[in-house]
Amino acid sequence: MADITNEQLIQRLQEKFGDQVFDIQEPYGLVTVTTTRENIIPILQALYDDEVLQMQFLTTLCGIHYPDNKGQELGVVYHLHSLVNNIRLRIKIFFPEDDAVVPTATNLYLTANWMERETWDFYGIRFEGHPNLIRILNVEEMEAFPMRKEFPLEDQTREDKINTFFGR
Amino acid sequence: MELAKQTTEINTTDTFIQELTTLNLGPTHPATHGIFQNILQMDGEKIVSGVPTIGYIHRAFEKIAERRNFYQITPLTDRMNYCSSPINNMGWWMTVEKLLGVTVPKRAEYIRVIVMELARIADHLICNSILGVDTGAFSGFLYVFQEREKIYDIYEEICGARLTTNMGRVGGMERDLSPVAIQKIKDFLRDFPAVMREFEVMFNRNRIFVDRVEGVGPISAERALNYGFTGPNLRAAGVDYDVRVMNPYSSYQDFDFEIPVGTKGDTYDRFMVRNEEIWQSLRIIQQAIDNLPEGPFHADAPEFYLPPKQEVYRNMEALIYHFKIVMGEIDAPVGEVYHSVEGGNGELGFYLVSDGGRTPYRLHFRRPCFIYYQAYPEMVVGSQLSDAIVTLSSMNVIAGELDA
Repeated sequence: MADITNEQLIQRLQEKFGDQVFDIQEPYGLVTVTTTRENIIPILQALYDDEVLQMQFLTTLCGIHYPDNKGQELGVVYHLHSLVNNIRLRIKIFFPEDDAVVPTATNLYLTANWMERETWDFYGIRFEGHPNLIRILNVEEMEAFPMRKEFPLEDQTREDKINTFFGR
Repeated sequence: MELAKQTTEINTTDTFIQELTTLNLGPTHPATHGIFQNILQMDGEKIVSGVPTIGYIHRAFEKIAERRNFYQITPLTDRMNYCSSPINNMGWWMTVEKLLGVTVPKRAEYIRVIVMELARIADHLICNSILGVDTGAFSGFLYVFQEREKIYDIYEEICGARLTTNMGRVGGMERDLSPVAIQKIKDFLRDFPAVMREFEVMFNRNRIFVDRVEGVGPISAERALNYGFTGPNLRAAGVDYDVRVMNPYSSYQDFDFEIPVGTKGDTYDRFMVRNEEIWQSLRIIQQAIDNLPEGPFHADAPEFYLPPKQEVYRNMEALIYHFKIVMGEIDAPVGEVYHSVEGGNGELGFYLVSDGGRTPYRLHFRRPCFIYYQAYPEMVVGSQLSDAIVTLSSMNVIAGELDA
């Protein structure tokens, strides 16, 4: 097993993709990069085909919502894992809320199918080219995308619980 | 359900009409061990296609977690894979500890390893014995369930609960292993192998059982990896990926154990891999209990670890910390963490984004069941209905984990 260090991974990413990946960080030892949604599928493909890195395992994919980042409210986070080199990589993309369309990764990973359906279900991120983009955990009649931050968890008319003291 | 309504009639040629039957397997079918539906198109006895519908017990854990303090999220993780709750609990605590930068003492890590391996045994026992029930052998189930009760007695001795354990705290365990608990673990290690051997004798080379499960619901290693399989189901296909070895956590590097792998990825391989993992778990528990280090059972992290109740009544600092922890006055660092543990069914991951508040900004669970269950239609197409049942139970799909 040829283990690759984070430095080697970052170097390789910069060689391969140059300016396409930016905001490179290592929070808690996991290399995190950001890219744009135009580049995400070519980058995933290149990482999949790369003979050194062999990032062929999609660990998980999930949405995230930052309502205060104007123009980049919604995001998708990909966690990749190279089982050969035992190294993980986190890739993020951000895009505006009113244009929440991302190309699908299902052509590359079969496992992305349900993960993308879940992300659509909860965040309303449409994955272009997905074979069957319907709700998965919530009821089909639902209109909201419940994991977005504008949907409060509790009844906002409650008066016995003050947010300053309890909870977020 | 669009699919359920239509009666499919396909005119393949002019000479004969192939008529497909739509069969609703589930949502509450006694043989599916949980609430999930499969709409199967059947050509006689043969399955032509399957469409799984899930989400019947979706409880919005990820959303609820965004308003819960870190220590209030463990009960949520209990209810994911409820056959091995302690693994979920420990995985969650390790994620929080990683975020907060708390170092766990060796003794606590060993105790965690013991409970996690006990949980793995309980989880695999359920899966394999239920597989026996589905193939018509009920006695094996009853034999091993008696032993599973003993595992639950050990949980009860450690944390007071049996099924949904809510075990552990930030930085360690909530209490040390009592002498009774240690004795119960030792008794289990002494008594269980005989029962397990009996169980194996009953199944492993049983002609009826082997004929029933061999070659049923196979998946190749390539497909399994592409489908994101982890855990025993992936190892049955021949890939030796185990988080305990690849990214050791909680001192797993101290223990000597093997990763069993299969070759064909069929139901029989999955059964055998789980059986062997039970033996390996027993080895790990034995090593952990023999080499249990002395020392504290929790980290010295007063900001995150609740002080003993007696101290709270007598000691000012303890009272302050107690109040701050319970009221969520202690802010977490800003950052994002991904931590994964080897759950009963595979890589159980926690992706935690913290914005410095008292609750997670975003918490995503990588639930192995959810990810590998999507391969189910592919694995059963072309086989018979009874094979589909056997495949489902050998994949060990836990509804709580599937739907979060």
